[in-house]
Amino acid sequence: MSDSPATTHGAQESANAADPANSANAAAPADSAHPEHPPYLLHHFESAGQQADAAGFAMWLFLLTEVMFFSGLFTAYLIYRNWYYTAFVAGSHQLSVVLGATNTVVLIISSFTMAMAVWCSRTGRRRELTLCLTLTFLLGLGFLGVKSVEYREKFENHHVPGRHYSLQSFLYPQSDPKIFAEYHDRPLPLDEARHTEVYFSLYFLMTGMHAAHMVIGLGILGFMILRARAGAYTAGHATFVENFGLYWHFIDIVWIYLFALLYLISRH
Amino acid sequence: MNHISPVIYEFLVKWLTNFRLFPPEASKIAPQMDALFFFILLVSLVGLTAVVLLVASFSILYNRQRHPVAVQVEGSTLLEATWTIIPLGLFLMMFVWGALIYFRVYTPPPNAMNIYVVGKQWMWKAEHPGGQHEINALHVPAGRPVQLTLISEDVFHSLSIPAFRIKREAIPGRYTTVWFEATTPGTYHLFCSQYCGTNHSQMTGDVVVMTPEDYRQWLAGSTSGASLAQNGERLFASLSCNACHNARPDARGPSLANVYGSRLTLTNGQFITVDEAYLRQAILNPSQHVIQGYAPIMPTYQGEVSEEGVIALVEFIRQLDSDYRIQQTLNTTELPPENAGEGNAAAQPAPSAKGRAPRNSTPRPPVSQPKASRPGTATPPETATPGRGSEGKVKP
Amino acid sequence: MSNSTIVSLPDQSTARIPKRNYLNQENGLLSWLLTSDHKRIGILYLISITFFFFIGGALAGLIRLELLTPQSDLMVADTYNKVFTMHGVIMIFFFLVPSVPATLGNFFLPMMIGAKDLALPRINLFSWYLYMAGGLLALYAMITGGVDTGWTFTTPLSTHYVNTNVITTGLAIFIAGFSSIFTGLNFIVTIHKMRAPGMTWFRLPLFVWANYAASILMVLGTPVLAIALVLVALERIAGIGVFDPAKGGDPLLFQHLFWFYSHPAVYIMILPGMGVISEVISTFSRKRVFGYTAVAFSSVAIAVFGFFVWAHHMFIMGISNYTVLVFSLLTMLVAVPSAIKIFNWTFTLYKGSITFETPMLYAFGFIGLFTIGGMTGVFLGTAGTDIHLTETYFIVAHFHFVMVGGMLMAFLSGIHFWWPKITGRMYPEKLSQLAAVITFVGFNFTFFPQFILGTLGMPRRFASYPPEFQILNVFSTAGATILGVGYLLPVLYLTWSLKYGAIAGNNPWQATGLEWQTQSPPLTENFTVMPVMYHEAYDYEWLERQNQASRNLASQDQAKQGQALGKEKEVPRVG
Repeated sequence: MSDSPATTHGAQESANAADPANSANAAAPADSAHPEHPPYLLHHFESAGQQADAAGFAMWLFLLTEVMFFSGLFTAYLIYRNWYYTAFVAGSHQLSVVLGATNTVVLIISSFTMAMAVWCSRTGRRRELTLCLTLTFLLGLGFLGVKSVEYREKFENHHVPGRHYSLQSFLYPQSDPKIFAEYHDRPLPLDEARHTEVYFSLYFLMTGMHAAHMVIGLGILGFMILRARAGAYTAGHATFVENFGLYWHFIDIVWIYLFALLYLISRH
Repeated sequence: MNHISPVIYEFLVKWLTNFRLFPPEASKIAPQMDALFFFILLVSLVGLTAVVLLVASFSILYNRQRHPVAVQVEGSTLLEATWTIIPLGLFLMMFVWGALIYFRVYTPPPNAMNIYVVGKQWMWKAEHPGGQHEINALHVPAGRPVQLTLISEDVFHSLSIPAFRIKREAIPGRYTTVWFEATTPGTYHLFCSQYCGTNHSQMTGDVVVMTPEDYRQWLAGSTSGASLAQNGERLFASLSCNACHNARPDARGPSLANVYGSRLTLTNGQFITVDEAYLRQAILNPSQHVIQGYAPIMPTYQGEVSEEGVIALVEFIRQLDSDYRIQQTLNTTELPPENAGEGNAAAQPAPSAKGRAPRNSTPRPPVSQPKASRPGTATPPETATPGRGSEGKVKP
Repeated sequence: MSNSTIVSLPDQSTARIPKRNYLNQENGLLSWLLTSDHKRIGILYLISITFFFFIGGALAGLIRLELLTPQSDLMVADTYNKVFTMHGVIMIFFFLVPSVPATLGNFFLPMMIGAKDLALPRINLFSWYLYMAGGLLALYAMITGGVDTGWTFTTPLSTHYVNTNVITTGLAIFIAGFSSIFTGLNFIVTIHKMRAPGMTWFRLPLFVWANYAASILMVLGTPVLAIALVLVALERIAGIGVFDPAKGGDPLLFQHLFWFYSHPAVYIMILPGMGVISEVISTFSRKRVFGYTAVAFSSVAIAVFGFFVWAHHMFIMGISNYTVLVFSLLTMLVAVPSAIKIFNWTFTLYKGSITFETPMLYAFGFIGLFTIGGMTGVFLGTAGTDIHLTETYFIVAHFHFVMVGGMLMAFLSGIHFWWPKITGRMYPEKLSQLAAVITFVGFNFTFFPQFILGTLGMPRRFASYPPEFQILNVFSTAGATILGVGYLLPVLYLTWSLKYGAIAGNNPWQATGLEWQTQSPPLTENFTVMPVMYHEAYDYEWLERQNQASRNLASQDQAKQGQALGKEKEVPRVG
């Protein structure tokens, strides 16, 4: 953890005038001397180390809440897959393993570029940091692009749960020649075919939640790229990038689980 | 009496005549549950008294005026252990006792008489095996175990009979059961105790406990002619169940004689005991409940038959101890499909006491086409909805 | 110092509110709305939850008015259903869950551990905005038609059978849930990372332990509620079918997901209140809490066990008998730590030096009413008796005893206890003691008859009921009127005290916490010098030595001054 700030704050007024705590202390009587400290150190912390420590801990805790958030969906998946295995297999055959695998590779690479970005931030490499963040951003966009292709396909095939959901692919597997050629599925009885809607509900819920988290992540990433270009993260304060990296890796790990659980059901 | 205001007088009258602290005990389990209740009450009172006495006496003895300097006491492991172990012990006693009673309430004896109760917004429909139907009322004999098999047609409801100390949720999609043995003739409250929408408070009724003789008379007087099983038999024919379940040597489906209560193996190797829940699932979700040795070709009847229809079918199968009635159905005419949606015999008169169709109808040959040609699945449906009925709901 | 009260105020003729404090550090609306000062955020929360409390209370008044008569004559059934639903939603999510943590916790947690602020002050402010957004959205849902599913949103009623503002209300709770998560997250990080030197875990005030345990529950439990509400919303909008039996879904899945949060939620609501009680009982008996370690561990035990008992809300719903067995056993286990706490508080009084100021009166009320409420919980955790008592007014009485008789009393106790520190002013003692007694009496009249109603079998959420239940309902409504008065009084006299209350000084209760060793109201940065903790929690002997030392200093000063000036000089207490 780098503790050598490029500029110090203390004797000179800081640029962080927006911080109310800051201005409050600026109005403090002269008897409380304002010790020197890096500009990014918030005043309620005793040291930059404490601040970075607290921020990292907070991020891990937040990710724990995210795990709990997804766990409700995973629980539902567990139960319904146990009950309706055949329907789940039939449903998963409708997904393209190629596209799913592509997305998995894209995300893993983006995690790598993100990890590189953290290293760049820690070692003060501003241009490389911007590049890595931009690459991560583009890979994330690519992921969402592939996802939207998949979603569009689902929409066209009437596999979106709800009013227009169609059982045709499961009652008559021959109506999807490419999928039938690959899997040679038996036609499902009507009651089992109805349960595929639960599979697709879970598919859209889980990947949708995941995609929503990705969109939020990309938004923050965009903001970070702009700030990184201005040198905000290469002046000794890598915490923001590190913690965002944690979030990004979390999204990646969730996707890996989703890929295995949704796309690879009957593959051993 | 003239000097008391009429309002206060009425209040006093109501209070003194109507005031109960405890509901009547009208079932065999009620006194047992009450015994546990009073035990917990006693422990609670003792605990509360102990705490209140301690707080009060410490407040008096160690009042600042009397005891101006506090003595810093760290704690006492012995006391901590005491008031951990004693409450834990008492709670565990209550747990065991309560678990026993719970199991007792939800484990019906094998000889219990079964009444089906269907809850729907906002009424209770009780169906006695003899074909008697009641709405918001339940007539039961005293001195006999009665099992209630509950299901809901829409949302969660909960059948509550405080005098019997029983309560059970009626949920859509699954049977739930509870049993009781009424002891004292009389009329008692029946409530819906799970919030179910606008008229939740109106979904109340009466449980009438009758002596066995009165109950026999009531049964005779309230029957609509066809028992549940007879209605079930009609449905069995009209839904063409006998196309496969006909006890012929080349039959595509297993024989249903004496199947209730038997232990069978499913195709996935799992053992099941055939009860109402299994029968209902086998009718509505057959693909996952196929018996070993049979092909999974049974079509689902979800959307084709109402909950009351299912109840009638289940009751019919329950009573089958031979293939005679099934073979009788093979000789009857297929009834118009509308009857499938109104399995309630009270709505229309039964053809005859034995449930056979009029003679001049032509016998219908057993259906032998593959399942794809069955109504409701014939044409490739664009949507998941069956031919009739609205999205996702079983027809009333 | 008089012998019937421990209050020690500075000389009123010369005492002044300290010139620089967090209230006058900056002025203007924006300085409040954009503050990152945890104390100001605590005040913002205090104002908002009071607002929502009175809305919820008005709804409760409507409920009790309707239930005066057996018929549904004051409002139609649909309206009544909306009223009790909104009463539940507002009281639980917009009053009880944030009450102590977001007001007193926000204000005092940093001070108690010797920090200048919470770890994430801007997230703290964001939490308040999320809370306000959720609350205003809930109000909007209420005004534009309401929601009538019950606060429990039982499916399939909430997904397919009502036409009211389910999604809007669900969204409001979802947003408020994030407020709760961020508050809990903030607390956990602060307690782990920002304790002052010497402030070890076992020197922390028990209020901190209690809020820590509640924060664990907030952080781990609330997200599951979030996903449950999302699923309900999607099932309404898109008909996805996860809870629909016709599509293969199971409505019981919603029950599991919902209660997985909502049971820990009740511990989120009560644990901070228990923390307040620890502080108050200790201060007003001048003794350390009996069995400090036991109480601390009990808080955490309640939090941990609290995650494993959710299905006791589902005993009659058709879950397997063996599931019921397991959850009933676990429920018995979770009852034990609460019992331990009650006994520890009781024995804190032993050989103490007890006075009966308002916070202590509320604390006594808490002990009695929470014991009753807790024991009635045992009736419900015992599977056998639960069959008869569940879904009746017994449940309503049980949770109101623990939430209102317990939590709300603890909240009022805390508000009165820390009012001098928050505002620098004392509240009027006699009037507040009267209000406490009125509240206690009104509460018992309101909710005790409901136990009997429940045993008799009267179901919950009934707009109309059989006539033989009327007498008890009338008692209950009469009590509610008294209770309303008891709650209105504090709003009035506390507001009055802001201008006319006595100046409190640093430590009117002579309490030992770090927050009492600074000025009232505190500085924005809490402490001018980072405190160092070198004594145990609730160390009254240390406090006595401090006071002795400053008295010696004062008398030396006086002696010198007296020689020079011939008059007395006041010396501020030093912590």
